[in-house]
Amino acid sequence: MGGIRTAGDLVAWMQMTRKMKIVEAKRYVASKLGIDLIDLSNEEVMRQIREDLDIGIITAVAGSAKGIAAKWKIAELLDIEINSVNLFRSKIG
Amino acid sequence: MQDQFFVRMGDGERVLMSVGQIEEDLLTGTQDAAERAEIPALTVDEVEQLLDILTDPSRIVSVAPGEEVVTTDDAVCTLFYLDQDNSGQGIPMSRLQSVLAYERACAADTVSIGHTDYSYKQVKPIINFEKQEYHTASLMTTAPFFYGSQPNMGLYFQPDGPYPNPADLLPKGKIREAQEVQEAAAERLRKDMVFISKNLFEVGCEGINFDTSASAGDADFYATLQAVSQLKRDFSAMAVEVGMSSEFVLGMHGDIQFEGKPLAGMYPHEQVKVVEAAGADIFGPAINVNSSKSIPWNLARAVTFVKATVEVASIPVHPNVGMGVCGVPVFEVPPIDAVTRAAKSLVQIGKADGL
Repeated sequence: MGGIRTAGDLVAWMQMTRKMKIVEAKRYVASKLGIDLIDLSNEEVMRQIREDLDIGIITAVAGSAKGIAAKWKIAELLDIEINSVNLFRSKIG
Repeated sequence: MQDQFFVRMGDGERVLMSVGQIEEDLLTGTQDAAERAEIPALTVDEVEQLLDILTDPSRIVSVAPGEEVVTTDDAVCTLFYLDQDNSGQGIPMSRLQSVLAYERACAADTVSIGHTDYSYKQVKPIINFEKQEYHTASLMTTAPFFYGSQPNMGLYFQPDGPYPNPADLLPKGKIREAQEVQEAAAERLRKDMVFISKNLFEVGCEGINFDTSASAGDADFYATLQAVSQLKRDFSAMAVEVGMSSEFVLGMHGDIQFEGKPLAGMYPHEQVKVVEAAGADIFGPAINVNSSKSIPWNLARAVTFVKATVEVASIPVHPNVGMGVCGVPVFEVPPIDAVTRAAKSLVQIGKADGL
């Protein structure tokens, strides 16, 4: 789907954490992002959304969230549990 | 309409076939899968759709916007630095660099790492090293990050492992002895898979991939299912993907069952139900490729198996589309025309949730 260029990682998270089939996973993510289903793989739409939500973008912008910081925000956005984020949170709490 | 089209053979050779020949191979391919697994063959419309995909004049084909699916993989990023044995490119770079390049340069939906000797038994002695690598990388990755390895129960038999080899016992008629060593090996394998997964869970592992499961037959599959059950009960925050080694579970043991169901002889639409029952989150069927047959024949078979599997599955299904499975030719450098036709067919007709 395009990974962090688009919403591929977000859809994959829903398959991994909620066992969602592809259509259900896409609908869930599109609803959380407030966009049409077809725009999940639209770079022109997703690039700005990812920057606005600070959930990791494909290009290198110093200071923007990537890695565990981005995953923390993704877990909150999608209302899912991410094990690496849980561990990180436990270390700073 | 054009009379003849370039298609591939199962070994990758490019050949010219007429529309009639392609249709004939599509029909005999889907019929072969249907008869073997007692599942429905593709409909006339689906065969026509496959024909359209195979005869598309473009070198590379794809699905329509909005039909894209996500991908999971078996430590693909490590191929950047591995050698020809692994279809690797031999670029001098670290494992961490390969993970980040795969995520950010290749824009993969998910990423994964594994030990170069991709089997759980081999990981056990170096688990602390793997934990360190995984943890460091997981702080830097944004896309879901799996750790993958193969159950590979064959490594538990002599001369590679502690138990007598059933392949030596069976020809001597020592059936019960062969079953007993497989049961013992399966238990050792289950413990190793749980030990490694538990250790990785403790450093934040987001997903574990039991890749190429059942390669040593039904007892190998049994160990995997038992490990999945335990992991999903004790470490539910870590996703588990189960990928298969072939379309058919070999009955090397013959009597072993999971939740009352004999594992020997299972086809993908049956495999997914026990994988689901064990609690796994994603299932990856692997449909064999016959290198002597055409890709139309092989792809029709693969789509028939995958469609039947997706129809009964309540978890996402990601068919394996590596070299030599699910309609991808058995060739070191899989031709891109064949790879993209396999991907498109499995998604549009097979209704796969991912690849």
